[in-house]
Amino acid sequence: MGNVTKTAAEIQLAPARQEMTGPRGPKPGRTLSRRNIMIYGTLIVVSLYYLLPLYVMVVTSLKGMPEIRLGNIFSPPVEITFQPWVKAWAEACTGLNCDGLSRGFFNSVRILIPSVVLSIAIASVNGYALANWRFKGSETFFTILIVGAFIPYQVMIYPIVIMLREVGLYGSLTGLVIVHTIFGMPILTLLFRNYFASVPQELFKAARVDGAGFWGIYFQIMVPMSLPIFVVAMILQVTGIWNDFLFGVIYTKPDLYPMTVQLNNIVNSTQGVKEYNVNMAATILTGLVPLTIYFISGKLFVRGIAAGAVKG
Amino acid sequence: MAAATGPVRWHRNLSAKIAAIPMITTALVVFIGGTAWTVLYSFTSSKLLPREKFVGLAQYERLWSSSKWLISIENLAIYGVFSLVFSLLIGFMLAALLDQKIRFEDTFRTILLYPFALSFIVTGLAWQWILNPDFGIQHVVRSLGWESFSFDPLYDPDIVIYGILIAGLWQGTGLIMCLMLAGLRGIDEDIWKAAKIDGIPMWKTYIFIVIPMMRGIFITAIVLIASGIIKVYDLVVAQTGGGPGIASEVPAKYVYDAMFLSQNLGQGFAASTMMLLTVIIIVVPWAYLEFGGKRRG
Repeated sequence: MGNVTKTAAEIQLAPARQEMTGPRGPKPGRTLSRRNIMIYGTLIVVSLYYLLPLYVMVVTSLKGMPEIRLGNIFSPPVEITFQPWVKAWAEACTGLNCDGLSRGFFNSVRILIPSVVLSIAIASVNGYALANWRFKGSETFFTILIVGAFIPYQVMIYPIVIMLREVGLYGSLTGLVIVHTIFGMPILTLLFRNYFASVPQELFKAARVDGAGFWGIYFQIMVPMSLPIFVVAMILQVTGIWNDFLFGVIYTKPDLYPMTVQLNNIVNSTQGVKEYNVNMAATILTGLVPLTIYFISGKLFVRGIAAGAVKG
Repeated sequence: MAAATGPVRWHRNLSAKIAAIPMITTALVVFIGGTAWTVLYSFTSSKLLPREKFVGLAQYERLWSSSKWLISIENLAIYGVFSLVFSLLIGFMLAALLDQKIRFEDTFRTILLYPFALSFIVTGLAWQWILNPDFGIQHVVRSLGWESFSFDPLYDPDIVIYGILIAGLWQGTGLIMCLMLAGLRGIDEDIWKAAKIDGIPMWKTYIFIVIPMMRGIFITAIVLIASGIIKVYDLVVAQTGGGPGIASEVPAKYVYDAMFLSQNLGQGFAASTMMLLTVIIIVVPWAYLEFGGKRRG
């Protein structure tokens, strides 16, 4: 899988290379040339199109139902109300529970934190072993792991249900945490293996001469040197796990559903009158965590997805 | 760090071996074991629970005579072809635009990529609202005076898959754009200078020089889009729930429904095995092209 790993490295390097050599293409004219109008015009129109759904969601969530029935979805709210947000967070019903999306939010947090910690801990140690402590067969297992990333989840869903049922974890948050750890492993291991492999070997050898062992080198040299890659892995996992729907709906039960599953149940429930403003407030609330991560992390997010891109 | 020769000392690298246990377990038990198990049980008549009663290809015969499955496959094909073509086209064109040494490049990129941070559920629900015939685009255009205007993809079985496509492209093109932009930045500036001196028009330089040089990025993008297409599930669940009727069913949803809603495990296993087969058909030629000759070298 040499080339896969190389592609990941290239993609990660690309932004850096850009800064070194400067942007490409002909220099823009000082005045508003026809070419510039075309370029900026197209980009602005496309950007507006990409922003449109977010805008529509926000304005819908701030209107009252009578206004939604009368007006059109693009018009800004005449009378701003935060009632839909309150209702979406604390009162909306799914099944028998009427405590709103807050339940899903806290379930997602309870899934997210251990999943992120566990998957990164395991994958970083794996990547470290693969980069610095190869043993007989280690590359074979790694190849299987990467090839396995291409297998559709649907093929492995049911055997995992059986395994979790056997150990009594089916339907629990712990079970879901294990599932997230398993399916995060290929891409994260790849990420860490490539990063650790780029750490100078002399450093590793010097530490060995000084008598440091497997764990000593990992905790005292590798981890402190690799904080950026830990951040990239975290961004990747937080967005991935927060946005998961399939595993949540399969491996947990209604009381423990993550936010995405609960959101879908609230919005697509066939009972009662549709409250579009509440639905849109709930939708934004669910998207808020990954969006915040996205806007805060900026270029690191791009690095994370570029690395994750190779996973497919 | 070659493996020990002669009698293998089992405790050599013991810590590394212990640390690798989760990876080894995942690779062998879940990925290989789980896949083999599902393929094996796709030949049984399992209903509510897995049973070892083998019935040959009966599940596959049933699968391929089920109209829900045939519609799923047809939808996947339509969604797949359009999603592949438009993702590459739009992604490349946006990347080329961003690559023109423009101002506010970061702002534009941030705007074009943000949908990728959102889940398919959020994407699906947002577009369900925008495409809602009574309130959304159709309603707005009609209220502007064009009374006969009709744009109702989510309630029209013939075009519902295109309604899902719109949402899918909105969510995913930003990623392809980022990949392409990274690829464009990897092209040597001298190429551009040489093309300019030779008087080759810009579009020709892109098509005949730059794109062939970005072969690797294009292959990565295609593999990426293709494996995303096969997995498409959440988007459909959120946007249409497979409806109207069964008009927007997809294979991943067929598998979930068979396994967890209609207690028809055998069908679920057979359908997921077909999905695996599709992936193999896509990935193996790619892997062969990419690593085939070089692997042993």
